[in-house]
Amino acid sequence: MHALSVRNLVKVYRNGVQALRGISLDVTEGDFFALLGPNGAGKTTAIGIITSLVNKTAGEVRVFGHSIDNDLNAAKACLGVVPQELNLNTFDRVLNIVVNQAGFYGIPLRQGRKRAQEVLEQLQLWDRRNEVARDLSGGMRRRLMIARALVSSPRLLILDEPTAGVDIEIRRSMWRFLKEINANGTTIILTTHYLEEAEKLCRHVAIIDEGRVIQHHPMADFLRTLQQETILLNTRDPLPEVPTLNGFKVTRNNPHELEVEVPRERDLNELFSSLTAVGIHVTSVRNETSRLEELFFNLLENKGSSTRDNQV
Amino acid sequence: MSLEQQLISLLTLVRKEVGRVIRIWLQTIVPPIITMSLYFVIFGNLIGQRIGEMGGFEYMQYIAPGLIMMSVITNSYGNVVSSFFGAKFQRHLEEMLVSPMPTYAIILGHVAGGMVRGLMVGAVVTLIALFFTEVKIANVFITLSVVVLTSAVFSLGGLVNAIFAKKFDDISIIPAFVLAPLIYLGGIFYSISLLPPIAQKISLLNPILYMVNAFRYGMLGVSDIDITHAYIIILTFAVGLFGVCMILIKKGVGIRE
Repeated sequence: MHALSVRNLVKVYRNGVQALRGISLDVTEGDFFALLGPNGAGKTTAIGIITSLVNKTAGEVRVFGHSIDNDLNAAKACLGVVPQELNLNTFDRVLNIVVNQAGFYGIPLRQGRKRAQEVLEQLQLWDRRNEVARDLSGGMRRRLMIARALVSSPRLLILDEPTAGVDIEIRRSMWRFLKEINANGTTIILTTHYLEEAEKLCRHVAIIDEGRVIQHHPMADFLRTLQQETILLNTRDPLPEVPTLNGFKVTRNNPHELEVEVPRERDLNELFSSLTAVGIHVTSVRNETSRLEELFFNLLENKGSSTRDNQV
Repeated sequence: MSLEQQLISLLTLVRKEVGRVIRIWLQTIVPPIITMSLYFVIFGNLIGQRIGEMGGFEYMQYIAPGLIMMSVITNSYGNVVSSFFGAKFQRHLEEMLVSPMPTYAIILGHVAGGMVRGLMVGAVVTLIALFFTEVKIANVFITLSVVVLTSAVFSLGGLVNAIFAKKFDDISIIPAFVLAPLIYLGGIFYSISLLPPIAQKISLLNPILYMVNAFRYGMLGVSDIDITHAYIIILTFAVGLFGVCMILIKKGVGIRE
């Protein structure tokens, strides 16, 4: 069954901006799905429509088979959402915010309190339960919004840039947490600008640009389409000049660091053989960016150049 | 959502809204009490002594129901308009909009908060009135039903205002330029029999006149208008405004893109 099914979704705002130009998507139950795109691509509008915060112009949305046109409350009952922007009552206490959300989903008070304790403990906020939301740090507020979305045990959790502005330690603990709840059966849709995050967590990816879905694949298949990877090599000895490595484009970032573009048809063994042949000792290797980030950048860059070509 | 779940969602919002009224009691309860005490001292006591009787009662006694009603109207309206607009402004209204909570529960929950504040302030103003005059209740049913219905009407009115409001100015324009003139010209301080005939006819277009007079009838047994007409008008406004709120929230006017 599809956790989410979107067909020909169109949104034209009153000011004439066409945010969505007929997107179609399917998200399988249990999936961890990345919805990516540059700023203004239409991701947040799509999420707004799915969660009924934005009225659609045309198209169809089904959440676990429930149409948002005919069976909106049943669709909403399956959903939990963590929006991009903070939308907390900053004057209310942490525990109240989560318990009230449970109540809005029809969960009895006692059960809501118990569930609120569970999610607040999972997100390391239980000790802060009596503080008002405005006294929390940015990262804590983000976690509070996740706790609030999870208190109703949603079957589909939508996270719109949940780790924006969160430090790396908290981000990684949130990744672990999200993997765990996904493993326990919650379908997750994630939008993020941290593509490393999407690559690490998600099994499927869709890329939206200018209101259209331009890619929609399993993550592994998508990553395999990468034509070349850029890797960074740290060398033991300083390099006075850029070495010549047959078949590889090399740039010297500093005397101890080389940036090498490895085409898809070549492998790293060939690169290391070439390096050994010219007497370079490598002490460490890493990708310049995540593979997804490289693909994403290439996609948008190609689109930009084709647009420029068309304009010419 | 089952009926029980709908009721739980409604009670959650009622608890939240009533909790807000009580939590910020210095803003919600105390200021209207001070204002109404000043009305009793200045209009009732100092000026009222020179006016003498009105409608067969001492002036202070005559205006007491009107002052109670004024506090109920302004506080019911003010509570809902500020609470709902605040939730819109801070965007935590989305907590309810993304949930399966039914529209009627969102309306009734906010209205309950407005009514609790309006009726609490009304009750305290009634107690204050006891220091200045004799407070009679000629008909308990009429007194209570009119005050409760009026509080509901203005809570719903506050909700409509908050739904359309886009900035903070928008939630003060209606109370200042519409509500205040209607209240002051609604027969709180005078009987419309004192007005020239044309002004009496114009006054009959003011719905607050019916509410104040019906409440005065419940307390003192005197009224400028027919009590049945008053009930019809109050109930029409209550049902009409509830319907308007249902349509606006369902359509997402002012709350959805």
